Amino acid sequence: MASSDVARQPDKGVRPLSLAGHVGFDSLPDQLVNKSICQGFCFNILCIGETGIGKSTLMDTLFNTNFENFESSHFEPQVKLRAQTYDLQESNVRLRLTVVNTVGFGDQMNKQESYQPVVDYIDRQFESYLQEELKIKRSLHNYHDSRVHACLYFISPSGHSLKSLDLVTMKKLDSKVNIIPVIAKADTISKSELHKFKIKIMSELVSNGVQIYQFPLDDETVAKVNTTMNGHLPFAVVGSTEEVSVGNKMVKARQYPWGVVQVENENHCDFVKLREMLICVNMEDLREQTHTRHYELYRRCKLEEMGFKDTDPECKPVSLQQTYEAKRQEFLVELQKREDEMRQMFVQRVKEKEAELKDAERELQGRFEQLKRLHADEKAALEEKKRLFEDDQSSFSKRRAAAQLLQAQSLTANGKKDKDRKNSGFM
Amino acid sequence: MNYSSILVCFKDQDKEYVGFATLPNQVHRKSVKKGFDFTLMVAGESGLGKSTLVNSLFLTDLYKDRKLLNAEERITQTVEITKHTVDIEEKGVKLKLTIVDTPGFGDAVNNTECWKSVADYIDQQFEQYFRDESGLNRKNIQDNRVHCCLYFISPFGHGLRPLDVEFMKALHEKVNIVPVLAKADTLTPSEVKKKKIKIREEIEQYGIKIYQFPDCDSDEDEEFKQQDLELKESIPFAVIGSNTVVEAKGKRVRGRLYPWGIVEVENSAHCDFVKLRNMLVRTHMQDLKDVTRETHYENYRAQCIQSMTRMVVKERNRNKLTRESGTDFPIPVVPGVSESETEKLIREKDEEVRRHTLLRKVQSQQRDKTATDSHTRKHLICTCVT
Repeated sequence: MASSDVARQPDKGVRPLSLAGHVGFDSLPDQLVNKSICQGFCFNILCIGETGIGKSTLMDTLFNTNFENFESSHFEPQVKLRAQTYDLQESNVRLRLTVVNTVGFGDQMNKQESYQPVVDYIDRQFESYLQEELKIKRSLHNYHDSRVHACLYFISPSGHSLKSLDLVTMKKLDSKVNIIPVIAKADTISKSELHKFKIKIMSELVSNGVQIYQFPLDDETVAKVNTTMNGHLPFAVVGSTEEVSVGNKMVKARQYPWGVVQVENENHCDFVKLREMLICVNMEDLREQTHTRHYELYRRCKLEEMGFKDTDPECKPVSLQQTYEAKRQEFLVELQKREDEMRQMFVQRVKEKEAELKDAERELQGRFEQLKRLHADEKAALEEKKRLFEDDQSSFSKRRAAAQLLQAQSLTANGKKDKDRKNSGFM
Repeated sequence: MNYSSILVCFKDQDKEYVGFATLPNQVHRKSVKKGFDFTLMVAGESGLGKSTLVNSLFLTDLYKDRKLLNAEERITQTVEITKHTVDIEEKGVKLKLTIVDTPGFGDAVNNTECWKSVADYIDQQFEQYFRDESGLNRKNIQDNRVHCCLYFISPFGHGLRPLDVEFMKALHEKVNIVPVLAKADTLTPSEVKKKKIKIREEIEQYGIKIYQFPDCDSDEDEEFKQQDLELKESIPFAVIGSNTVVEAKGKRVRGRLYPWGIVEVENSAHCDFVKLRNMLVRTHMQDLKDVTRETHYENYRAQCIQSMTRMVVKERNRNKLTRESGTDFPIPVVPGVSESETEKLIREKDEEVRRHTLLRKVQSQQRDKTATDSHTRKHLICTCVT
């Protein structure tokens, strides 16, 4: 699948040989084609446009079927993407078509983040392919490729120029997907206005550096038609699934009171051009571009982010294995460092805690001693007081005894006196 | 006194001819002499055909040297308000037509509150008229109030978008909104019908009050009633505009030329342009002006006075201690209106006289209000007056 789109240059050491007869390897392309038919093809289209601009109708018209669609509301709070996969078959070729539509695009008051869900979706598809590619046991040939191959950007037919939202969104997407701008509902623009409108749009895209998909010019068989078509970008399309009888046939058209707009009439709109370019001529090229340009860019950015390089600082080519090894070593070293760090931290914490506890213990001890001393002091003081008191008490009792003795003595002395008085009284 | 209206028909009594049947003619004569004015606002995203429609409506080219911005310039564009005034005359009747345009509406990537400048503009015009009306010299009041706003709805969606709903809800009580379905040549007749029904449903669902046509009296003839009903059913008007003349079926008509046919602007089977023009210019212009004057402007005025009295009351309560009775009714200052010295003097004088007149007016208003409300208000006013 990773074929280069540059013609093989003659190698220096290899001499060209001319054949004397028919060998038969000219059937190689046929073998390839048969194989791919057996396998089936896969194509993913992303349709971005305002609600009601005609994305689903155009898809129905392009693929001539009726995909299940329902009318979205204008009041979605955020932009969402809705992907639907269908299996189509035409003669013996099977196509697995995925149509992704934006829901609620352009409806919010603040549209600054409107492009983000789209970018995220595209990146997700690239990412899952990358993951599959990097697997050890992989099955790429069985893998359902969901990467977006073409992005139809629906421009509103104002007749003046692009809207600011269109410009901002396309700038974000031009390096991720093949953008094909189309002017939707083109039956509201007259021919002269359309010419001016297309010129204005293309000049705005160019002056803002938006890279839209250019139909390839390297293959001579289709170069001529592609060059003309490149000049008709953006295609002004009208979609319709209803049929109106014109002349004696039923054609897809829109019936107005003033006329009938035929979808497949090249004079009326560019629908046929779009179908031819998108499906008949360049579908395979779109897939190839997606893989070789957009996907490779994504892969390179992603791997560089992860730290992989193609050349090391001395500008010598470095193989992926070496890079892997280097990364692994780095990772292990880092792991070891972290472990050591954690261990150190643990030890330090333990030390700190120990010191803390010791301090606390000492403090408690100190306090205990202090209290004890206080206690002893008080006890001594009390003892002293008790002693004094006892001394007082003993001296007091002594004095009392002495006093009592004295009193007793005085009593007996008084008694004698009384007696004496009494006795004297008698005399 | 019990009055019963006596309709005396003077037709049959030629002898006793009074002559007031000529009143309508007198009104006609005076109004022709005075001239008319009308302010129309057009709003909607870029590229919906607003300028083309205005040119088609009034058969002039108002947007001769217009410069359109590129997409990258529009990413952070703000909404501007531009005015074009022209004097047009038809059969002796002069009309001073002002078209207010809103370039930049809905163009930026972030459109939150983009209707603010539009709402502010309308309020400014009301404010200006309010001051003029309350001034001393009212001879030459210029009526710049917006009489009608044509809001352009994109036909590329499924109905109303959040931006449409927000804009209309912000302005439906300030101006008469007439919704218009733009670039209708992208819709087949069945699609037009479906969209109209959907839009009318959404208008009702979101409570948007668009301009209502006055109901016709029950004694009007059937044809008029039928027309009136058709008019009401046509909202929003699906219009196509064009100022280029093309040749269709041998005659020269205004229209758009496509490879598959010619859309005629004035063909009612193709679009509602004729209905819109008739409604806007031929039948309902005066009614639009009346509704603006009687409903929208009066609402604004009442709100203004209410907020003024509330502010005065607050001032009163704050200054009660100091007994300062010098609080004027504060006139809300409008940004962007410059004043000269004489105007300042006149304004100050006006405010003095206005204070007295407003007080009287407010008092008379209270008499009509409910008892409880008037009771408390009267009390406050009494304290003001003393």
